[in-house]
Amino acid sequence: MATITMDNLCKVYTGGVQAVTGVNLDIADGEMIVLVGPSGCGKSTLLRMVAGLETITDGTLKIGERVVNALEPAERDIAMVFQNYALYPHMTVFNNLAYGLKNRGFKKAEIDRRVREAAQMLEIGQFLDRKPRQLSGGQRQRVAMGRALVREPAAFLFDEPLSNLDAKLRVQMRVEIRQLQRRLGTTSLYVTHDQLEAMTMADRLVVLNGGVIEQVGTPMDLYSHPETTFVAGFIGSPAMNMLPADFLRAKVAAEELAHLPAKADLIGIRPEDFSTAPPGEGDLVLSGQLLLLEPAGAESHLHMRFEGFDKNVVVRLSHVPAAEEGQDLTFSVRRAALHPFDLESGQRVA
Amino acid sequence: MVENNRWGNFFAHVVLILGVAIIVFPVYVAIIASTHPPGTFVRGVMPLWPGTHAWENYTTAITEGRSRAGTPPIGGMLWNSFIMAMAITIGKLSISILSAFAIVYFRFPFRILFFWIIFLTLMLPVEVRIVPTFQVVADFGMLNSFAGLSIPLIASATATFLFRQFFMTVPEELMEAARVDGAGPMKFFKDILLPLSVTNIAALFVIMFIYGWNQYLWPLLITTDPEYYTIVMGIQRMVTGGDSEPLWHLVMATVVLAALPPVLVILFMQRLFVKGLTETEK
Repeated sequence: MATITMDNLCKVYTGGVQAVTGVNLDIADGEMIVLVGPSGCGKSTLLRMVAGLETITDGTLKIGERVVNALEPAERDIAMVFQNYALYPHMTVFNNLAYGLKNRGFKKAEIDRRVREAAQMLEIGQFLDRKPRQLSGGQRQRVAMGRALVREPAAFLFDEPLSNLDAKLRVQMRVEIRQLQRRLGTTSLYVTHDQLEAMTMADRLVVLNGGVIEQVGTPMDLYSHPETTFVAGFIGSPAMNMLPADFLRAKVAAEELAHLPAKADLIGIRPEDFSTAPPGEGDLVLSGQLLLLEPAGAESHLHMRFEGFDKNVVVRLSHVPAAEEGQDLTFSVRRAALHPFDLESGQRVA
Repeated sequence: MVENNRWGNFFAHVVLILGVAIIVFPVYVAIIASTHPPGTFVRGVMPLWPGTHAWENYTTAITEGRSRAGTPPIGGMLWNSFIMAMAITIGKLSISILSAFAIVYFRFPFRILFFWIIFLTLMLPVEVRIVPTFQVVADFGMLNSFAGLSIPLIASATATFLFRQFFMTVPEELMEAARVDGAGPMKFFKDILLPLSVTNIAALFVIMFIYGWNQYLWPLLITTDPEYYTIVMGIQRMVTGGDSEPLWHLVMATVVLAALPPVLVILFMQRLFVKGLTETEK
């Protein structure tokens, strides 16, 4: 159990590539932080810096009260779950779990107790004598988790641990990891590029882009109040529609946009904020042509074309409308659902 | 090879059987010849069926040799060959796996240069550097010794290169996981890399053992003391020893004995050997 404090962390690779720039982040004890961003955004590098697998070019990293910049991974009291699990192929599951403990000179009885406890928690008890190659992907994933668990470390580090699993298993493991983390209350840092995984697992989300933190906050914070166009586009699926303010002003009555600051020249509207209900007081009314209807059972995605705007606008409805492609449809959007941004800086303006 | 062509099959089998016969027949002749009494060969006709003197011939070869003609019993030579081959094999394996480990897993100055220097020695087999090597070994006073027989043959670029290639296929996360698990470099080497390399080691063991066993020129050059003769030299001694006619029955017995250990090594390590050459477990 420990806090993790990142103070102005920087990573420059030999060759001059700046992977992480000035990251400041305080992780509370027992918190689950998810680092999310597109590939190459520096999230894995940042995690590996915390793990001690990458050197820290600048800044200080504290785990608990200790500055760990110069410590070996083993001395940092962390445990890591790798994307490809990195199980030792020649060792049985038991030995895979026990290896870290053996190296730390734990007594045999203690190792045995911890391994069995972790195996029971993860329901891999019957596989302890097997080799990793005799296990399925999901079971290997559990073993990789177990190897982190037995150590009872100050922090768990997860490097895209679910990306090698199929969709169904991924959802299941996501829930299990979250429950386990809550129960153990171990500080965790979790890297993923899957925004749904990020949203559902995080206590707080950290969105990284180009080695810089774009925004930190609870998942709902980031969803309802994205600070930058990048976060707005990254969180939520389908992605937020970005409409030029000029286009909207031409479409709707002036007073409906009057509450927005003058600098707001880009307006974001989430697909799910379009409604087919009759417009209420002060709502925006937009109509356009339906290009493509994607029914998905419980919900549907409508790709719309509005006159005067040359990109598709995606609308998400919680039902499948009885509409033909090519038909004209009208939607209402609440004023409060508009996300105003400054086009040039990409920053939110209200 | 999806088609099942009767004539194609027939033809392929004829070729294969011919090929096998060409290889196997001389071996068969050697084995047969080693079972006949000395007189048989004087007539100039080679018998094709086993004779009755097998036991006698082999015991003579192993325990007596042609002592009067200056060829010691080959029992000792077999032992010498075994020691030399083992020393070369184990030496080559341990040095090359360690140097491959260093080259793949450590960043040190001139790493690439060292790799290429090792790689370049591939171009310098014993035969090319035999005179300077002889000089060095002689100056170290290692003539007529097991050290002299084996040490100059130990450096091996081939094995280093193969281990390097194998290590590079081992996922880097394995090393990182070991680091997080508190294993230092040598512990990682011992606990993870070595067990993963077992099949490769076995394959190289077979190749190196045969290489060591079959050495001819080098032992011939640096041993003058019959105490250190190796079996492959022994064959030559058997043939040319003394002024008398070669005793073909003893020569053939020696040949068979010389060929036996490599065959045994392959038989016993076949499974691992094939695995090591074809399979990578990750």
